Amino acid sequence: MADALLQLTDVARTFDVSPPWLDRVLERKPRALLKAVDGVTLTIERGETLGLVGESGCGKSTVARLIVGLHAPTRGTIRFDGAVLAGPGAEDGIAQRVARRGMQMIFQDPYASLNPRWRVADVVAEPIRALAPRTPAEDVDTRVGHLLAQVGLAAADGLKYPHQFSGGQRQRISIARALATQPRFLVCDEPTSALDVSVQAQVLNLMRDLQRRMGLTYLFISHNLAVVHHIADRVGVMYLGRIAELAPTRSLFASPQHPYTRMLLAAVPDLAMTGRPRTAVAGEVPNPLDPPAGCAFHPRCPFADARCRREIPALKPVRDGGEVACHAVEERRLALPPLPA
Amino acid sequence: MSAVAGAPSGPAPLLAVSNLRVEFPTRHGTLRAVHDISFEIAPGEVLGIVGESGAGKSLTGAAVIGLIDPPGRIAGGEIRLAGRRIDDLPYEAMRRIRGREIGAVFQDPLTSLSPLYTVGRQITETIRTHLDVDAGAARTRAIELLEEVGIPAAARRVDQYPHQFSGGMRQRVVIALALAAKPRLLIADEPTTALDVSIQAQIIQLLKRLCRDHGTSVMLVTHDMGVIAETADRVAVMYAGRIVEVGPVADVIHRPAHPYTVGLMGSIPSIVEERERLTQIDGTMPRLDAVPSGCAFHPRCVRAVERCRHERPDLVAVGATRAACWLAQG
Repeated sequence: MADALLQLTDVARTFDVSPPWLDRVLERKPRALLKAVDGVTLTIERGETLGLVGESGCGKSTVARLIVGLHAPTRGTIRFDGAVLAGPGAEDGIAQRVARRGMQMIFQDPYASLNPRWRVADVVAEPIRALAPRTPAEDVDTRVGHLLAQVGLAAADGLKYPHQFSGGQRQRISIARALATQPRFLVCDEPTSALDVSVQAQVLNLMRDLQRRMGLTYLFISHNLAVVHHIADRVGVMYLGRIAELAPTRSLFASPQHPYTRMLLAAVPDLAMTGRPRTAVAGEVPNPLDPPAGCAFHPRCPFADARCRREIPALKPVRDGGEVACHAVEERRLALPPLPA
Repeated sequence: MSAVAGAPSGPAPLLAVSNLRVEFPTRHGTLRAVHDISFEIAPGEVLGIVGESGAGKSLTGAAVIGLIDPPGRIAGGEIRLAGRRIDDLPYEAMRRIRGREIGAVFQDPLTSLSPLYTVGRQITETIRTHLDVDAGAARTRAIELLEEVGIPAAARRVDQYPHQFSGGMRQRVVIALALAAKPRLLIADEPTTALDVSIQAQIIQLLKRLCRDHGTSVMLVTHDMGVIAETADRVAVMYAGRIVEVGPVADVIHRPAHPYTVGLMGSIPSIVEERERLTQIDGTMPRLDAVPSGCAFHPRCVRAVERCRHERPDLVAVGATRAACWLAQG
């Protein structure tokens, strides 16, 4: 993998969600540790879009926050563009900050992620002022005007405040702000989930255009499988802190391997399926504080056996460049869906 | 089920809304959120109402069930349930219809349930408010209802509080509550929007099954075309407070006539079809205080002609659907 831009190796993050010390002592309760991310290994190549999907609480947003440094990993190594951001041998101080300039994040809620008291031009200029404080004011203004134009807004919009914009326009402002430091890599955490479909289409088209023009690399996190299918080159499916399946988009959607991926795909309503019933997934995601032993999916899996209840499956390569963490797939106990024509 | 006296029999619609208008008086003038909407729902039919934020779809649902918050008000038109006019009823009379004749399921199950009472008490309260049964029978019925909506160990869980249920289970409780008095019409406003996909599929299947078994009509309000596609019989597409297209669900999705519906369908990503770009409708839904003249969609419409700017089109039959568009009318 010569051209890997970002590499996570066995990254884990545990949150301490224990009750206060006195309560624990009085009620004799143990510490409660929540394994939000538990051993995620993945690589994102330069110029590609990796989609990460999963249901609430599967750890996909925690992965995003670990990558951009909003959380420190409990275990594992994060490498970005030749620099070690976390783990053994991590860069410190200035080297770490310089390395991190190459990545930015776009958040889900365009209402909460823009300061309501700042003019849009200041919102977009902040990263430039923070990272290159000696930039002359005229240059900052020119650059902000250019950034706003790039995302389809007018330079004059910089004088307005965020509340004067609609949700879709605010998400464009977030994108302009993220692009201000000329990053190579954008972490997008549910960037279109708060938007109406027609506006979502505008933002997805814009993101794709920017990627083509600027050679950007995306980590695109979403719970919406159709959106990920549209935007991603490869897709990772997460379940309870682990990656269940990672495969090129086309083969993942055409012939999903992991039983969880199959169930998820069968559960998605699609316009093409008018009037056709979808297969409901039985059961619910287990409590992450008390995950099942072995494969976390086994209580909901129709193919589970004794080994699944005991042993956690590792991600193993399967046909056409995919990886699957499932004993049943590995042992070929599962009838595989046909390969796409 | 008791028939309302004087109601026409046969294929008469269960719900008939004609020229409904909802307004909000403000300091800066009256805002009209729903303009002259007319539609009907037949007994046992599922009518989907779709639209983007601000289209007026939720207000239409709220108007039918008489839950428009003041200062909003129904400013015109009429709503008839099984032939009986319900939009001008006094508060107490409407309260008896709500729950008994019309049930409701909203987006967030936590706001529909009281955190202070057990789910069993909330269901028995609804049953005893509307039906003449004693406490024991109501409790038995509550347990039956919870079983019917697929809650495991219903006899034990009936005595638990809403916070002890997961999101999907709570929405099941809300559905049990909505169907407790066997209403003839169910208004489901974004019933699955707050849920994960796998749970969403469970809830949609449950709603479909229960409504088919009980012969309940459903008004399904949602922004999610996928949910409409697999659930509804007919669908009405709303834009800026008006219905712009209405027709059988397959026709509206696959052969839409109105340019807004065409754009809306093209902007939805699919899991089976690969497309380089999604259809893009530039601009956004107009604000209520600045609805354009003529056809409200004309500033965003790529095919708009001069007439669209001045004259507002009415819904007329175009192929299998009815659309409000000058171009579609030829």
